[in-house]
Amino acid sequence: MKITDMTAVELAAAIRAGQTTAVEAAEAMLDRIRERDPVYHCYVTVDREGALSQARAVQEKIAAGELGGPLAGVPVAVKDNLCTEGLLTTCASRMLQNFVPTYTAEAVVNLQRAGAVILGKTNMDEFAMGSTTETSAYGATKNPWNPAHVPGGSSGGSAAAVAAGECYYALGSDTGGSIRQPAAYCGMVGMKPTYGTVSRYGLIAYGSSLDQIGPLTKDVTDCAAVLETIASYDKKDSTSIRRQDTDFMSALTEDVKGLRIGIPNDYLKEGLEEEVRAAVLQAAEELARSGAVVERFDLSLAEYAIPAYYTIAAAEASSNLERFDGIKYGYRTKEYAGLHNMYKKSRSEGFGEEVKRRIMLGSFVLSSGYYDAYYLKALRVKALIKQAFDAAFARYDVILGPVAPTTAPKLGESLADPIRMYLGDIYTISVNLAGLPGISLPCGKDRQGLPIGLQLIGDCFQEKKLIRTAYTYEKILQAKQEGYRHEQTI
Amino acid sequence: MANIISDETIEYVGILAKLELSEKEREQAKKDMGRMLDYIDKLGELDTTGVQPMSHVFPVQNVFREDVVTNGDRRDEMLSNAPEEKDGMFVAPKTFE
Repeated sequence: MKITDMTAVELAAAIRAGQTTAVEAAEAMLDRIRERDPVYHCYVTVDREGALSQARAVQEKIAAGELGGPLAGVPVAVKDNLCTEGLLTTCASRMLQNFVPTYTAEAVVNLQRAGAVILGKTNMDEFAMGSTTETSAYGATKNPWNPAHVPGGSSGGSAAAVAAGECYYALGSDTGGSIRQPAAYCGMVGMKPTYGTVSRYGLIAYGSSLDQIGPLTKDVTDCAAVLETIASYDKKDSTSIRRQDTDFMSALTEDVKGLRIGIPNDYLKEGLEEEVRAAVLQAAEELARSGAVVERFDLSLAEYAIPAYYTIAAAEASSNLERFDGIKYGYRTKEYAGLHNMYKKSRSEGFGEEVKRRIMLGSFVLSSGYYDAYYLKALRVKALIKQAFDAAFARYDVILGPVAPTTAPKLGESLADPIRMYLGDIYTISVNLAGLPGISLPCGKDRQGLPIGLQLIGDCFQEKKLIRTAYTYEKILQAKQEGYRHEQTI
Repeated sequence: MANIISDETIEYVGILAKLELSEKEREQAKKDMGRMLDYIDKLGELDTTGVQPMSHVFPVQNVFREDVVTNGDRRDEMLSNAPEEKDGMFVAPKTFE
């Protein structure tokens, strides 16, 4: 097998066995990037020299027996909202066009300790606000399955980089579906862990109560390996949770016998494309054939999740993005009259349209006179949504449904109507509101050859059930299609 | 129920958000925000009497730590990100005359 066809875990094994080296793998990825990124534009920044020097250092440690985990020596791409010391971190915004962090995000530090080689920083929707990676100040990313289509977002660059073979795996962040939806559009595996599982230290905040970092990978095994590596308790994130059960690779077993799977009727309603619906239900049937008990049920409140989410996310964004004031770092306007005019002009010129739209909405719903009616109301609805999931998980181990109502839309079709774009988040958003883990994995393709994603949602701390179910389903797909490994574009 | 955003409201939001909008942007923002609020008003259909607002999904309380400096002196690196610096300090516009 060529090293470029390997998964992350396979590559690490080949490096350990001396069949290849971390340096060869990094060089192979840098060649790929040189060849393919002019078309797909997955990266904002590629760190050629840094990647090669990291690879040499890691290779020495592997040879000396100091490093030997499932990701040692494997090249990774990191979403550009995760701080990396000494390496440009832009959040795909003009505001941070020359920001070089003095520290590295905890999740990335955990990868580095495990011997990861960072290739560069991936494109995204500006400040993670968007569902298509078209709001990036540095140009849109293209879907490797068909470059006329979007890769999804906001972690679109990460998903596309894995799909295009421009890295072995990537990190993304998920506030309302920003890992799971691009994973679905690009035919990859993506996971948003339980809130608090991965430290948010060094993640440039969008909606702090909703943001989680997670993996985008070629298959479920890689997903478990990456999550196991990045999960950690961190004093530097006050919402970090101390967990003992983060040995996620132990859940890579083929066994869904007796597993109770619920499909919310609310997730199969109007608006869901027929081909997506058919593929998702087919996946449920396959799992039932393997011994899972599959039922339909009413989750309720799905349609209220989007307005609650956009109220809460905009409110938190307006507060989090106040720090961009053109003084300590970031963009400052050229000409201004006094302090306040400098603030206003710098922010107006530094932020893009979608970011400004959300900051304004957030400022409004938090303003006196509207705070109770909008912000507190949304937090009350959030409590009701959490209760609805609690009731569902009293009956089911796993909730199964689509990731998005459609496959990847064409470039340029989504941004004209923001509300329509927000509606695309209907199946992913409640997971963030309720702090739950969710995984997205491929379950077929539509007529145009674009991948369809299957979403599995678990109760808090039940990632292992999701990994076990996803792994079992992946094996079913592999048995059905001879030669099927992970989804490959090229 | 249609929300009409007035010039005064958008002006006020601009002050809160520290954003300066052109005439064209202002008109678009009024329209966008009105539509978003119409949409958010859907939450009003739900009776939430007696439901406590949930800011965090887990019952996490304040987390405290000792106030000990753990990072080294990175002054110059941090200042190198500043739009303007002088003698080891950030340069900001005059705040009063």
